[in-house]
Amino acid sequence: MSDVSIRTRINGEEWTGAVEPRLLLSDFLRGNLGLTGTHVGCEHGVCGACTVRFDGDPVRACLMFAVQIDGHEIETVEGLSPAAGTDLRIADLHPIQRAFHETHGLQCGFCTPGILMTVASFLERNPKPSDREIREAISGHLCRCTGYHNIVAAVARAAELLTEVEA
Amino acid sequence: MSDRRRWIGERVPRIEDARLLTGRAPFVDDWEPPGTLHVAFVRSNLPHAKILDIDTAAAAAHPGVAAIYTAEDLGALCCPGPVLVPPPPIEGAIFHARTPLPLAREIVRHQGEPLAMIVADSRYIAEDAAALVSVDLDALDAVVDLSTALNEGAPLVHSDLGSNLAAHVRQTKGDYEAAKSAADRVVARRFRYDRGVAAAIENRGVLAEWDARADRLRVWDTTQAPIPIRAAIASTLGLSEAQVRVIAPFIGGGFGPKVMFYAEEILIPWVAMQLGRPVKWIEDRYENFFATTQEREQLHESELALTEDGRILGVRDHFLHDSGAYDPYGLTVPINSQCTLLGPYRIPNYESEFRVVFTNKPMVTPVRGAGRQHGVFVMERLLDIAAKELGLDRLDIRAKNLLDPDEFPHNHEIIYQDSAPLTYDSGNYAPALAEAARLIGYHDFENERRAAAADGKRIGLGIVNYVEGTGIGPYEGARITVEPSGKVRAATGVGTQGQGHFTAFAQVVAEAVGVNPADVRIVTGDTSEFHWGTGTFASRGAVVAGNAFGAAAQAVREKILAHASEALEVSEEDLELVDGTARVRGAPDVSIALGELARRANPLRGAVKPGTEPGLEATSYFGPERGTTANGVHALIVAVDPETAMVDILRYVVVHDCGTVINPMIVEGQIHGGVALGIGNAFYEELTFDEFGGTTNASFMDYLLPTATDVPAIETAHMVTPSPLNPMGTKGVGEAGAIPVAAAFVQAVEDALREVAPTLELVDIPLSPGRLFEALQDAGEEA
Repeated sequence: MSDVSIRTRINGEEWTGAVEPRLLLSDFLRGNLGLTGTHVGCEHGVCGACTVRFDGDPVRACLMFAVQIDGHEIETVEGLSPAAGTDLRIADLHPIQRAFHETHGLQCGFCTPGILMTVASFLERNPKPSDREIREAISGHLCRCTGYHNIVAAVARAAELLTEVEA
Repeated sequence: MSDRRRWIGERVPRIEDARLLTGRAPFVDDWEPPGTLHVAFVRSNLPHAKILDIDTAAAAAHPGVAAIYTAEDLGALCCPGPVLVPPPPIEGAIFHARTPLPLAREIVRHQGEPLAMIVADSRYIAEDAAALVSVDLDALDAVVDLSTALNEGAPLVHSDLGSNLAAHVRQTKGDYEAAKSAADRVVARRFRYDRGVAAAIENRGVLAEWDARADRLRVWDTTQAPIPIRAAIASTLGLSEAQVRVIAPFIGGGFGPKVMFYAEEILIPWVAMQLGRPVKWIEDRYENFFATTQEREQLHESELALTEDGRILGVRDHFLHDSGAYDPYGLTVPINSQCTLLGPYRIPNYESEFRVVFTNKPMVTPVRGAGRQHGVFVMERLLDIAAKELGLDRLDIRAKNLLDPDEFPHNHEIIYQDSAPLTYDSGNYAPALAEAARLIGYHDFENERRAAAADGKRIGLGIVNYVEGTGIGPYEGARITVEPSGKVRAATGVGTQGQGHFTAFAQVVAEAVGVNPADVRIVTGDTSEFHWGTGTFASRGAVVAGNAFGAAAQAVREKILAHASEALEVSEEDLELVDGTARVRGAPDVSIALGELARRANPLRGAVKPGTEPGLEATSYFGPERGTTANGVHALIVAVDPETAMVDILRYVVVHDCGTVINPMIVEGQIHGGVALGIGNAFYEELTFDEFGGTTNASFMDYLLPTATDVPAIETAHMVTPSPLNPMGTKGVGEAGAIPVAAAFVQAVEDALREVAPTLELVDIPLSPGRLFEALQDAGEEA
């Protein structure tokens, strides 16, 4: 099958090109664009590590084909905070990222980028979530390191930081 | 030393976070040199079979395929892998080593054993070609059931052995038979622990690049033990170790299986050299259920002999341990079970005997806890049952058998996994148990239970002890260098998989040399930076590497003081190291920056004093004589629905003692994650096999990992009994959280159901909702 042309926006930048029809979105982002912050943990849509935002909604990049983003907008973890130089400072990061740092909401960090993308959408819709709502919101993500305890704390803290930013 | 700003013990936020949170921290699969070829393996669908034919012709003709290999194509490489951990010297022990070939030849002995390796322009093409390989296998009867595997006439995993016995070990202390005959009560039960997977979210992967001009091999590998892997690659491929660089960059969770040395770690570098191209293999999740090692199947027949008032006289435990098809990791797991069973208790007589059994299932090597779970489960269950039979309180029966602080060091007279006698270095057990009881509200629980019952809820409480042998040798090392910028770089050989090494080790260094941890750049897992060490396993990073950093930091501190003393013309005793400077006590304006001292210590011209070394640098090693003994108590409250057999954890309390804590935030994180894994092991995660030995739930759709709605908030409390075996007083904590969960969980579930099912005895783990439902039915029929 011949390649298919697509036109999309990735992290705010226009991208036009041709892709193999069977190429997974996760492989496209990682392999073709070098956006390796999106991680692949199970390739069957359960672990959530590969979650990216598709027109603002969290989706599993391992369950979509690259051709499906034609005409749509994708946001990955690389788009969450402005690209810094070599001196990567916590203070420059997105409030959600800062909250994860403050509360030790990550350990190995492999599942983290996907969780950040889900949380970004969740907190847009529910800026003041309860503990129960946070747990349900992240229940589509598997983390083997943290026991979720500090991820829940991180989301609550992110909600606070985002409210401060808006205030 | 009063000048030292304390960093050890501080909740320093992690230095590594920024790179991980922005997606920049490189994992193995994030590297891809130009021209990389990709590998897919053809693996056996059958657990036990004779290989009749592997036809690769159609696959080889597929466009984009660079090469295909079967066992026949490997030449001298196709020999059994090494025994990684030789068994400890235990008198009378039998051990039959059987390790796998890189690609199976003649016989496959477990599902997923690799048959052929396909190298292609992309993983997509490699998998297309894999589907074109025609494999003709003749199925053999498989050894699936552990309980019958040693029976006469059972099929044989390794026919040359004449039985499926892989090892037999008996260790005793005192005289159990005599204790039994003196006992008022003997409790005897059978216990079963089933298999699960470690399920790091990152699967395994290897990328190798042979640089023919430099005559060097670079390997990126998801390993917990980069230095032993380098040694193995070099010796197998006939290279000098200096020609091989193994990089374990950021690793997406280890949990034990990534410390194994796997066939892929040889095959991928070998192919890269054969083809002169970078070659990459990334395991997929389905493969991970077969190709990565697993743990936990054991069957125990156990006895506890006691006095009427609940004093332990002796324990007998005979068990079978499923090794899977091969046993490259020696006896680590069953010896851990054997040694951990004794727990924090005074047990004068112990008879423990185990048989390790080959089965046609994936290989078993340590998974977070590494056999310790089983020992704790057996002991704590026996105490629960004994308490019921003797009419004693479960807290009292535990408390009265705890070792007292004046009984340390306590020699248990048997050999531990590190080949040293099992000797507890230190501990303070009674206060930990009392604190956990207080935090969970043990003494008010009957009121709580009645209040819940009034709301139609059945709640129960569980509380158990554990002791964990941690921080074993042989050694680790660290090199610390003060750079002319004033920043400090420091390297060690252990790999890192999320434990916060970049921060905790920086705290150790920062405290000694008087800088901020943020100015210490730690490097782990790169053999070109540090090439002595063994790896991250057995809850040993903070103990063994941590103390190596401590020793090296002290040596660098001494060098700094010597140079500063000369530069400032004051005696060393009058100097303090603060904020990246050496300065005179009481006259902080008289100071010199560490960077300036580093420059002076490495002059480009002139003379260096005879007998001194250049630079502000030191390398030190730490090797403990034996492991440290951490301990703790887990307590939880559950609500159980007897209709649906669903269990809801309402509260979870952990009181733990890992000696000196470098970073409480990181330690708590380790505990949280361990408990979550333990909850999975206790209730959700069971790898199931059909009667032919095939796995029936090899996906995350079917094999259930706990999610955020299954794991409760976890309350933690630290107790500190420093280890006398190392200068910092640290003990390990990486595995602790996972170890006692199942024992606590079933006790709580039984407790919640004590009125509904008074005869209910939970002796099998994982206790899935299905298993609990069946146990409830059985208990109902008995009643």
